[in-house]
Amino acid sequence: MMRRFAWFRRQSTFYPLVGLIVVGIVMAATSSTFVSLANFSNVLVQVSINALIAVGMTFVILTGGIDLSVGAVMALSGTIAAMLMVSGVNATLSLFVCVAAGFAIGMINGMCVAYGRMPAIIVTLATMGVARGLALMITGGYPVDGLPEWVRGVGNGHVIGIQTPIIVMAVVYVIAWVLLELTPFGRHLYAIGGNEVATRLSGIRVARYKMLAYVVSGVTTGIAAVVLTGRLMSGQPNVGEGSELDAIAAVVLGGTSIAGGRGSVIGTLLGALLLGVLNNGLNMVGVSPYAQIVIKGMIILLAIYIGRERRR
Amino acid sequence: MDTQQSSIPLLKLRGISKSFPGVRALSNIDFDLESGEIHALLGENGAGKSTLMKILSGIFPSDAGEIYVAGKLVILDGYEAAMQVGIGTVYQEFSLVPFLTAAENIFLGRELRTPFGILRRREMRELSAKLFERLNVHVDLEAELRHLSVAQQQFVEIAKALSINARILILDEPTSTLTPTEAQHLFAVMRDLKRTGVGIIFISHHLEEIFQICDRITVLRDGENVATVPMKSTHINALVEMMVGRQIEQSFPAKPMRSGLGEVVLEVDRLQINRHDPEDSFVVRAGEILGFAGLVGSGRTEELMAVLGVTPAHHKVIKLDGKVIRLNDPADALAHGIGILPESRKAEGLITSFSILINISLNRLSSLLHWGMFVDRGRERREASAAAARVGVKTSSIDLPVDSLSGGNQQKVVLARWLSHHIRVMLFDEPTRGIDVGAKAEIYRLIREVSASGCAVLVVSSELPEIVGLCDRVVVFRQGHIVATLEGDAITPEIVMLHAVGGERTHV
Repeated sequence: MMRRFAWFRRQSTFYPLVGLIVVGIVMAATSSTFVSLANFSNVLVQVSINALIAVGMTFVILTGGIDLSVGAVMALSGTIAAMLMVSGVNATLSLFVCVAAGFAIGMINGMCVAYGRMPAIIVTLATMGVARGLALMITGGYPVDGLPEWVRGVGNGHVIGIQTPIIVMAVVYVIAWVLLELTPFGRHLYAIGGNEVATRLSGIRVARYKMLAYVVSGVTTGIAAVVLTGRLMSGQPNVGEGSELDAIAAVVLGGTSIAGGRGSVIGTLLGALLLGVLNNGLNMVGVSPYAQIVIKGMIILLAIYIGRERRR
Repeated sequence: MDTQQSSIPLLKLRGISKSFPGVRALSNIDFDLESGEIHALLGENGAGKSTLMKILSGIFPSDAGEIYVAGKLVILDGYEAAMQVGIGTVYQEFSLVPFLTAAENIFLGRELRTPFGILRRREMRELSAKLFERLNVHVDLEAELRHLSVAQQQFVEIAKALSINARILILDEPTSTLTPTEAQHLFAVMRDLKRTGVGIIFISHHLEEIFQICDRITVLRDGENVATVPMKSTHINALVEMMVGRQIEQSFPAKPMRSGLGEVVLEVDRLQINRHDPEDSFVVRAGEILGFAGLVGSGRTEELMAVLGVTPAHHKVIKLDGKVIRLNDPADALAHGIGILPESRKAEGLITSFSILINISLNRLSSLLHWGMFVDRGRERREASAAAARVGVKTSSIDLPVDSLSGGNQQKVVLARWLSHHIRVMLFDEPTRGIDVGAKAEIYRLIREVSASGCAVLVVSSELPEIVGLCDRVVVFRQGHIVATLEGDAITPEIVMLHAVGGERTHV
């Protein structure tokens, strides 16, 4: 029994799970409406955008990198799609372009970091500026409205009684889990984060895999942009400011080592849920949004502190 | 006064011993340094020179023994304590800050301040200028250190040591990065210091230099003081003999009788890392073990890395089984069946926090797929277990993290990774560094087995017994390049060492 518990404690998802349960219990005790199917569904939809960005971010952080461009990329992808639709392009095709734009910027990030050997934090800070600037340029700074009505279904619709963002999130997480846990690609990403030099000397094409991690991050950000476009029913150049911090917070809260090599997408999902539940609960209790930011920051510090202890 | 000086040496060590887990680094060392003497400390890599030097500069304490400075018993429990009694050290790798000026470096951490805590820059600069005047060298006091030549940086190090009024100066391989002219200048400075009564401990591998400048020579071997001899009464061959005069351990598998030469498997033709370097060529044959001998830093690993395409080379032609191949990345090497066991297993060989299983199958996953996509975990486990068993990894489970293993077993894991492939060439870079004697014998046996299976094997080693006991042919490196190729009976510790330290030049 004790041994099994010790095994469980060593899993990177242990602390996020405990955190989620503790926060859940506290919320349930303080708010009568917290425990309800409607509210759970609401929380899941609320976290879906961040969870989608964070799952790609997990791939990047597992290699020991970081992607700061995600918020701006989401804005750029969303505005491109909205403008295409408004100019009469087929909506399905437009949403496909939305994901493709994320793919393209992820590719640029990856090329610079992996083949150009530039530091990830600076590369993605720069592409963050480029993407945000482009989004503002093409829209003139104004939201792009007047999208076809069926696009609303992507953000607010239901499929077999479940809201679409939840389904999209679930599908993406399953694919991500399969990629990371069952394929050589995933194993190599962990290996790169664990020891990049050793991985390279063993004959793995490290640069290629590192680049692909940024591509995954770009793609999931593009998918997040699709969901967001459906929810807002417009393309807005200002969305996603600070999204990179929320995504990184979800990844770190989920037990993924910021140095790479250790973590999981399940942890990231738990991390995103933890942030979402906290948000939801604090709203219900009536804590001011400004105080919520302070609390969130402190929780991230705590998560990093616990992660530091565990690495010994 | 004179008689007193000779009866009380400037520095006197008695019975200094030091052990690290599993290794006895120094045992019962006696050592004297007179005022105004240049005393060489000589020995193979791992003979204990660095350990002794670190004890003297207070980096770590000795386990036993006493240190007297000018007749007074001292306790060196830290860098400051060593400075206080006047011991200054110039390290092999400079401990200077590249973005500060010479004066700022000299006074780093001991800056002169006004009562308000403001730096007294001018005073520090003037004091620095005086130090350089005393050394009789010109150093630009305004320039940041990174703009100075290596030799000038070295003089800044020496000035820094003198600024604490060092009476005892330790120079750790100071000439290894200098040109001959710069080295001569350094020697002139050393002679000047000697005249002012400073005692200098000079660590160098270059015997000709030692003969040029030293008064006495102490030879260390396996942590023991073999002999202290006056320079005038010794000669180069006697020193080499003292350095290597150990019995070759009987832990090596017998070299096979050579029935004709095997086919050339790997041919490296005119390798040039930098543009104007001399060109190096070598071949490795099937079934033979080629040794890369030389001192630490003689350029062996650098050439291996350039061959594999880990680092760029200005020019190289590599042939495998007679056909030219392109190696731009270790992945190309893997595709051609060339494996490497890197110099540092922790930094370059293994992902230490991952399991033995994952470390073994790391570069083999793409051939362990089912449905073309997913890792076949059953097969992965069976193959990794078989590979671990084949090299004899001692563990209760291959699911344990690889850092739970001893050093020798960790090396076997790296080897197991490559033996799961069809390997034509296996490169071993310092395969037995930091592992115990029993494990060494096992590694030697494995290397010989790999070789006997028809693989071309190359072993980089800084340990002479290893080179002599294991290798069928030896290439000796000095200062970045191949200086000799030895075969058969010519592979003796004395001859290898003579080439490695460049001793033969003094006979010319």
